[in-house]
Amino acid sequence: MISANKIRKDFPLLSRKINGKSIVYLDSTATSLKPASVIDAVNDYYKKFTANVFRGIYTLSEEATCKYEGAREKIARFISAKKEEIVFTKNTDESLSLLSYCYLPYHVKRGDNLVTTIMEHHANFVPWQQYANTHGCKFHIWNVGMNGELDCDELKKLITSKTKLFAITAASNVLGIIPDIGKIVKIVKKANPDCFVVVDAAQAAPHYPIDVVQWGADAVAFSGHKMLGPSGIGVLWAKKNILEDMPPFLFGGDMIREVHKDKTSFNDVPHKFEAGTPYIEGAIGLGAAVDYLSKLGMKNVRKHEIAITTYALKQLQKISGIKIFGPKEAKNRGGVVAFHVAGVHPHDVAQLLNEDNICIRVGYHCAMPLHEHLGIGATCRASFYIYTTREDIDALVAGIKKVIKIFR
Amino acid sequence: MDIYRDIILDHYKHPHHFGTVLKNNAKATLYNTSCGDTITMELYIDAQSKKIVDIGFSGNGCAISMASASMLTDALIGKSIAAAKKMNTENIIKMLGTTLTPSRVKCAVLPLEVIQKAIGNTV
Repeated sequence: MISANKIRKDFPLLSRKINGKSIVYLDSTATSLKPASVIDAVNDYYKKFTANVFRGIYTLSEEATCKYEGAREKIARFISAKKEEIVFTKNTDESLSLLSYCYLPYHVKRGDNLVTTIMEHHANFVPWQQYANTHGCKFHIWNVGMNGELDCDELKKLITSKTKLFAITAASNVLGIIPDIGKIVKIVKKANPDCFVVVDAAQAAPHYPIDVVQWGADAVAFSGHKMLGPSGIGVLWAKKNILEDMPPFLFGGDMIREVHKDKTSFNDVPHKFEAGTPYIEGAIGLGAAVDYLSKLGMKNVRKHEIAITTYALKQLQKISGIKIFGPKEAKNRGGVVAFHVAGVHPHDVAQLLNEDNICIRVGYHCAMPLHEHLGIGATCRASFYIYTTREDIDALVAGIKKVIKIFR
Repeated sequence: MDIYRDIILDHYKHPHHFGTVLKNNAKATLYNTSCGDTITMELYIDAQSKKIVDIGFSGNGCAISMASASMLTDALIGKSIAAAKKMNTENIIKMLGTTLTPSRVKCAVLPLEVIQKAIGNTV
């Protein structure tokens, strides 16, 4: 078990005070705070070995290359993948959009269908919907129940020989549902072995152990900034043969092997997908974030989140006038709780909580189809991570009670 | 900083001119993109004097946008459409009598934007 109180000392932001009050950060699902080791890793690139990667024959450049590639190796190990299968992107959105530009046009034809779920973040919904709309394909949606139930029989009906893509999140950023990805991928592949399976792991990679091989998916995407790393660095993992078969996404430096007047040949994967000078310090920072998480142990991270979410659900449910969405038990959900306070608009809840520096997110959380499906309008969302303590939850509960009192 | 002054909460809980204007000749709806809330304004404008005779608003939203809509209807009924067109963000913040963070200014100004759009639709 990890000690959140001990961990908090590693996060410089948590010692900041606004108007003399401490910060209660409950928006890690949007982005996580950064430990000093990650900040130092990024700073070191600027202070000690600023140089471009791959092309310098001098020490600084070799150091930068070594750290950049070292980060790739760490990330590969973190998700049980091979190093050459890790493509650095900007974020999950770019990783998924890359697939829609480089995979779909060569494998999906008019009349085929693409399938995703209703609980997706827009990043794992809009690319497929837009592709279907503009290429004469059908777009089907697997629905979830009010408490996050997923009906596998319904999924079996959706996957046909014409289904060329199935995309699913490994943890909902609103309801917190953690689907059994391994089991779901098996169902899909059994129904149609040619169906390309994409997993959005943006809310999974930071929170529980991931093994892409065990999942059996074809591609997995996640972002660095939600897992203690810098913003602007993301990851696309795909099986090597898939990466090799896809054409490049962006053209330019680093991604080429030879350029002649009339033709160009491309670099090996993953470099074929990393055009131009990459976000070197971002990748190095993400490498440091993975070191930090690996040291804690992802099983321990998950254990802490179950414990803190159990406590949060218990305390929040005691407030009369609060409605919580998603699975009832923490063991079936990630560290995120979406809720309504009766008679108070989510924006007003967040605004009043902010008076005590309690940071929650309100709105649709980039999951409008889900909110529409559940017919619930905008929601409040509190989310937790390794540094979240019971005191944070107590502050949230007290804050919500204050809100209710003001609006009574 | 007390955003939720009593007067704002009063208007939120008991909004003035909430509902429709059956005999309306100007109407518009706008979305608040940050929360998806909508506000509809229905106006009856006297054709000769160009004065706003009645306003009714409907929709849902946070306390800031609902109070702003309610207070705005009070302020503009009986005024000319020229006066409504001239109103700006500063006037709205002054009317609410509170300090707003940038993200909430949008909520506060939305009702005015709907009224101005409705008036624009008539010309």
